[in-house]
Amino acid sequence: MFLRSRLLMTLFKKDILLEFRQQYSFYGVLLYVASTIFVLYMALGQPENMVWNGLFWMMQLFICVNAVAKTFLQEGKGRQLYFYSLCSPVDFMLARMLFNATLMLLMNGISLLLFNLLLGSPIAHPLLFLGISCFGACSISLVFSFLAAIAARAQQNAALMAILGFPLIIPQLLLLMRLSTLAFSDVYQSGLLTIVGLLAGFDALVVILSVILFPFLWKD
Amino acid sequence: MLRKTWWKILSILLLLYTFTAGFLGSVPQKPILNETIRNLYFHVAMWFVMMILFIVSVVYSVRYLRHNRPIDDVHAVEYARTGIVFGVLGLLTGSVWARYTWGDFWSNDPKQLGAAIALLIYLAYFVLRNSLTDMDKSARISAVYNIFAFAMLFPTIWIIPRMVESLHPGGMGNPAFNTKDIDSRMRVIFYFGAIPGWTLLAVWICSLRIRLHLFAVNHERNV
Repeated sequence: MFLRSRLLMTLFKKDILLEFRQQYSFYGVLLYVASTIFVLYMALGQPENMVWNGLFWMMQLFICVNAVAKTFLQEGKGRQLYFYSLCSPVDFMLARMLFNATLMLLMNGISLLLFNLLLGSPIAHPLLFLGISCFGACSISLVFSFLAAIAARAQQNAALMAILGFPLIIPQLLLLMRLSTLAFSDVYQSGLLTIVGLLAGFDALVVILSVILFPFLWKD
Repeated sequence: MLRKTWWKILSILLLLYTFTAGFLGSVPQKPILNETIRNLYFHVAMWFVMMILFIVSVVYSVRYLRHNRPIDDVHAVEYARTGIVFGVLGLLTGSVWARYTWGDFWSNDPKQLGAAIALLIYLAYFVLRNSLTDMDKSARISAVYNIFAFAMLFPTIWIIPRMVESLHPGGMGNPAFNTKDIDSRMRVIFYFGAIPGWTLLAVWICSLRIRLHLFAVNHERNV
């Protein structure tokens, strides 16, 4: 167990180190976030609460597709073979999910900041919204980590990610949007615990499925 | 067993029973619903059959990953394909029904959206399959997606409709229909006529498609 967690951390550190070495791709995503939010601002100015909320989550979705896809797609066949000889697929996948979740948390923070700056800040409970959005960012990144692993095996990757992922993510996104309306005013939301439980259940499901299924994607 | 004829005859008999008893038998008189309640034998049965076919498909996908036999993959694909056909039929029968009870073919009801999402997911399965040229690789990766999508989709279909408000019969309870609306006579036709009848017909279609596929593969090999 201890050895395993150390292996996981090493793989996780490797991903972070690679990100630092190839900074252009990280800045690429960052620029993508900034310019998209700027375009949104130009188009809408400062929208109403519900529009703001909807746009924020759509933005998270698109950031995730771009940021997560990149981590799998930029690896060549040779490098994957190299990892294959070094570690087990389960460790590799878990480390990758951890890394993607971290990346998404960072992007989530940045986009939240820019949203507040440009599109106005209608949030009544900032800390609550921060918590919900971090939770949501992790959930979305987990699902897309696995889908990116699938899409990386096929040819036309980027488009495939959207086709495979968007229908699957709709339920989670809907639940997250319902949850985050809480942060805008003091409304009473019925079934709050059920929603949180469902989302946590989804996350657990995705992790378990990835651990079971990733070894089949891995071998070629 | 699949090559025998008795279950094909049974399927036709059950469907004949469903159609005659379904159209001629008496139904409880409910406001708004009126005679459209007979759609239970067709629309609701389509969704039941679609789910059964998708479950069979995912079972074959698991078997493919375990044993690596190409025939399992053929089964998984054909069951999913027929499942989509039944899903589309369910959507069409549902929207015709909605036209006469809700006033519109499509009214963005959560259950209509859920059905549309389910179909999108399975269409994506076929896009994924076709984007891979290597037979073995395509079979393995689409099996993985099939299992993943299935596990993500079904909690959505079974749990979320119970949480959101909907016009659909069953409201916030049972996602398929309102169990209080139907009487015991309807129940007999539904559970003993419509569901097994349509399911057997669907399996029949699948077995024909699988045989056609195998025939095509053999033919290619001999040419």
